[in-house]
Amino acid sequence: MRPLFVNIGERTNVTGSARFRKLISDGDYTAALTVARDQVEAGAQVIDVNMDEGLLDSVYAMTTFLNLLAAEPDIARVPVMVDSSKWEVIEAGLKCVQGKAIVNSISLKEGEAKFLEQATKCLRYGAAVVVMAFDEQGQADTRARKVAICERAYRILTEKIGFPAEDIIFDPNIFAIATGIEEHDNYGVDFIEATRAIKQLLPYARVSGGVSNVSFSFRGNEPVRRAMHSVFLYHAIAAGMDMGIVNAGDLPVYDDIDPVLRAAVEDVVLNRNQPGATERLVEIAPRFKGGKAVERVVDLTWRTGTVGARLTHALVHGITEYIDRDVEEARATLGRPLDVIEGPLMDGMNVVGDLFGAGKMFLPQVVKSARVMKQAVAWLLPFMEAELEGKPREMAGRVLMATVKGDVHDIGKNIVGVVLQCNNYEVIDLGVMVPADRILDEAARLKVDIVGLSGLITPSLDEMVFVAQEMQRRGFSIPLLIGGATTSRTHTAVKIEPAYGAGSTTYVLDASRAVGVVSGLLSPTEKDRVEAATREDYVRIREQFGRAQEAKVRTPLTAARANRIALDWQAWQAPRPSFLGTRVFDAWDLADLARYIDWTPFFSAWELVGRFPAILDDDVVGEAARSLYADAQVMLKQILAERWFTARGVVGLWPANADGDDIVVWTDETRTTERARLHTLRQQMAKGEGRGHAALADFVAPAGPDYIGGFAVTAGHGEAEIAARFKAAGDDYNAILAAALADRLAEAFAEALHHKVREELWGYERTESFDLDVLLSERYQGIRPAPGYPAQPDHTEKETLFRLLGAEAATGIVLTESFAMSPASSVSGLYFAHPEAHYFGVGKIERDQVTDYAARKGWDAKTAERWLSPILNYEAGR
Amino acid sequence: MTRQDRIAALHAAARERILVLDGSWGVMIQRRGLSEEDFRGQRFAAHNHPLKGDNDLLCLTRPDIVTELHDAYFDAGADIAETNTFNATSLSQSDYGLESAVTDINLAAAALARESAERWTAATPDKPRFVAGSIGPLSRTLSMSSDVNDPGARQVTFDEVHAAYLEQARALHKGGVDLFLVETVFDTLNAKAAIKAILDLQDEGLEPLPIWISGTITDRSGRTLSGQTVEAFWNSVRHAKPFAVGFNCALGADLMRPHIAELSRIADTRVAAYPNAGLPNAFGLYDEEPDQTAAHLDEWARSGLVNILGGCCGATPDHIRAIARAVAGKTPRAIPERPKAMRLSGLEAFEIA
Repeated sequence: MRPLFVNIGERTNVTGSARFRKLISDGDYTAALTVARDQVEAGAQVIDVNMDEGLLDSVYAMTTFLNLLAAEPDIARVPVMVDSSKWEVIEAGLKCVQGKAIVNSISLKEGEAKFLEQATKCLRYGAAVVVMAFDEQGQADTRARKVAICERAYRILTEKIGFPAEDIIFDPNIFAIATGIEEHDNYGVDFIEATRAIKQLLPYARVSGGVSNVSFSFRGNEPVRRAMHSVFLYHAIAAGMDMGIVNAGDLPVYDDIDPVLRAAVEDVVLNRNQPGATERLVEIAPRFKGGKAVERVVDLTWRTGTVGARLTHALVHGITEYIDRDVEEARATLGRPLDVIEGPLMDGMNVVGDLFGAGKMFLPQVVKSARVMKQAVAWLLPFMEAELEGKPREMAGRVLMATVKGDVHDIGKNIVGVVLQCNNYEVIDLGVMVPADRILDEAARLKVDIVGLSGLITPSLDEMVFVAQEMQRRGFSIPLLIGGATTSRTHTAVKIEPAYGAGSTTYVLDASRAVGVVSGLLSPTEKDRVEAATREDYVRIREQFGRAQEAKVRTPLTAARANRIALDWQAWQAPRPSFLGTRVFDAWDLADLARYIDWTPFFSAWELVGRFPAILDDDVVGEAARSLYADAQVMLKQILAERWFTARGVVGLWPANADGDDIVVWTDETRTTERARLHTLRQQMAKGEGRGHAALADFVAPAGPDYIGGFAVTAGHGEAEIAARFKAAGDDYNAILAAALADRLAEAFAEALHHKVREELWGYERTESFDLDVLLSERYQGIRPAPGYPAQPDHTEKETLFRLLGAEAATGIVLTESFAMSPASSVSGLYFAHPEAHYFGVGKIERDQVTDYAARKGWDAKTAERWLSPILNYEAGR
Repeated sequence: MTRQDRIAALHAAARERILVLDGSWGVMIQRRGLSEEDFRGQRFAAHNHPLKGDNDLLCLTRPDIVTELHDAYFDAGADIAETNTFNATSLSQSDYGLESAVTDINLAAAALARESAERWTAATPDKPRFVAGSIGPLSRTLSMSSDVNDPGARQVTFDEVHAAYLEQARALHKGGVDLFLVETVFDTLNAKAAIKAILDLQDEGLEPLPIWISGTITDRSGRTLSGQTVEAFWNSVRHAKPFAVGFNCALGADLMRPHIAELSRIADTRVAAYPNAGLPNAFGLYDEEPDQTAAHLDEWARSGLVNILGGCCGATPDHIRAIARAVAGKTPRAIPERPKAMRLSGLEAFEIA
């Protein structure tokens, strides 16, 4: 398993940051807070606060700073490490934090009694502790002393006062190396080896350290220092170091360090090729000073062009590096910030739009362009505000978007929003699960020009019809746009458009069409023509649909049942699963899931069509796909290393038998008491000779020892927070990327769990080796259909499944009123083991089955028609 | 029974069934329409400050009412009574100039609850009754500013809060409570001061008692007033090794459910909940019917979310009766075992696994 390394922010430390020290000494706490904020935004997962400075009243400074920090939710969300060499400062800090903090540090320096007294207080305040490898004799420098002191401290803490081992962090002292003093040469190795021993000897304890000490002798040569930190961490983390006080954002990637420098640093850190290692590093160090340790070869010829050309280049290629500078230059030339936006920036975005329209740029690239545009506008904003006489920026129009009530999916909607913003539309995004009232209240209040609705699951279709009806009732006449995976032109034409006669309704197939549709609908000259054309089109679709309806003859339910799929239950019998009941997986290893990822749907989420990995070499979209894939790999690494998401799942296996079209789940093997009843739907389309009318119940034995399984998994815990953080920073590209990866991980989780069920938990198929292609092409025995999908289109069955699994308590997934799963990156379904079990689509069903199904579910006819509306073969009774 | 016997009985009862806490005190006292004289009694007849509304003071001046209420809740089926001491700290009593009466109030409150519990235990020995010493949140908070212009300003210090809780907890302990209930926690730092005070009693030679910590999620955002998520809150108080953790107040059962479900998933101890009887109506009254409340809590019990249930604002003995009936015979939630990991928190949880 990949070790997790926790970055502890070091900038709010007066001993480590000259800037922070000056701000605190000057009493400028407000500016000092921004130092903390920057660190958290840069990814620090814990912030170290240290006020140990001779001239400061450290107790006052600690108290004041932490009290102010408590009022800043975006900083206070992370835990604090209260850092001082003075106990009274630590205690003052503990009196200000409501969360569970880390105390840095206590030690045996002043003997066991003092150590126990302070540790007991930590227990009562509720804090984890850093214990320094320091005892009555002094600070430990060799591996043996470090390990001996840590072991002694561990025994005292856990045995004498019951300190939880998992709340102990050892700091085995990082000392400066390459000082020219021979005794110091092995300090790096001593730390690394002590770390390895501590992790083996002392269960659950953690190891941390202040990394910058190691390079102390190279003060003034930052590139070499950073390389030393990177190399040191690389080896220390491999040995088990869990966390460190380090400016992580500043470190070069180990593999990217110049090989000459890296070899020299490695010799010094690992005390190899002595004598002479220090001298060699000292000798080459000046060469790397001043320049970056990592020189990337980048073609910068585009920097020689005019400012307009440079802005266009930056927008097309998604480069943010120089944008502030270039925008400022344009502003200085043109005078007014507005002229910069409407001039060179819009020109550049038009180029992006043209390339996109021509199929020469693809969505991921356009979303990156949007990120550049946002940053450019952000630079100009203060100047626009200063420009008192400035009129508001001319926007092309104002579009309100929302994922409808009961639905939580929003990747596609977010992409559409970004594309529209790129084209100078103001986008108001109300988010997910938005009730009709709120959509329309906001639409009226903000006087928007267009309303766009999105949804992914089938119940959202009805909700969209409802929104359309409400728009009609409340007297709206602005255009309504419909989009999302479950929507279709047919549904829009047949169900939604007729409900909203006062305005126009348009189905938008994908994000690339959004700009064309919106600009047509908002153009004073084009609007009438466009709307009339759409309306005509939809009338035609309705007529076709009506004719098709009449043509589709359905088999009566009784006949369909007689022609069920009759399996031979003598030929194959399900083995008894390894357990009955449920089993919870609290935090499945994300790295394990990563190997199950099916990348093809990932690309289609970005509207790049093609199979993975062939898509990477595709003539048309290959370049965009490669770039997107590279970004995804970088983020995936970060997701794994920093545990952005938590994968939680639950699986259940129960004795079961079919009862007609239902599946009875029994409480136990006596098969006498019903624990639950799963309802399935049967195909009623015309079937050829020898082909059965399938229902999922056919795949379970009507009597005798058979079983059914169920599961619910999510990789979405944490996704919303991550996406929100990117969005707040104006980085929609990474927000969407994170959401798309969470989706992939959830699907991968379902795949991985199914694998485990087949091989181990149910254990009906024990011969598989790991072959992703076999898994993804479903060449294995058994299926895992999900409620709401073609084999059982009724989403409400999820409720039964969730109850059986105790899924909500086990995984934190909740069902919305439309039975969407929240977080969105979640998957659930049933397991069928029979070798003949296969996926199928129920298709449209007749009134006879709806009546029968309603009776089985305990519903009235209207309720049944509502939940089954997408598959009714008739017009629901009015 | 000695206190150790009672604590053992408490643990045993919690293993067997879902325990029921009593309901609201405020509403029930309000209904009496007491006068200033009732609150003053003889002892404070000449006190230089109006005392009407100081409900905790009734433990000294109208003990008959307090006993009646304990009896009403025990009669309704409560297993656990709370002492009438929600505001019985020097910091809260300073509003009435009664700092000096704090120890007496807590001693009397514990004695009254104890006496009633003993009588009911004697009457129904198979259903022993317990007394939880109520420790409320204070009107002054350690994590939030008291001055809009100065986010770092605080009306009170940790040491002051700690001292106030220490005095209250000491008196409740000496008065004979079976466990402590640190409740309606809307600022976790206040609760941490209370926890430290309770743990510090050990230094005075007092035997450790079970601790129950009950936070308050103030709205649908799913956070405490001081901004913590459910999991961050749990990580912040877990060091108390509480007998139970849960939520009460602010929300009715329907809105509280997702937060209890979350806590139920992560807390490796008993989970307790005592929601309000719905949300207050336009007149500030709670009008959720006993059956409505009980129906919600019945579903929680069936879903295996909880170990202890009860009622907060607006919950009357009728509500408690309905709840006790609904949960009778239902299996208490099994306490999950969680993998060992360093679990820290700021406003959000952070786990190093």
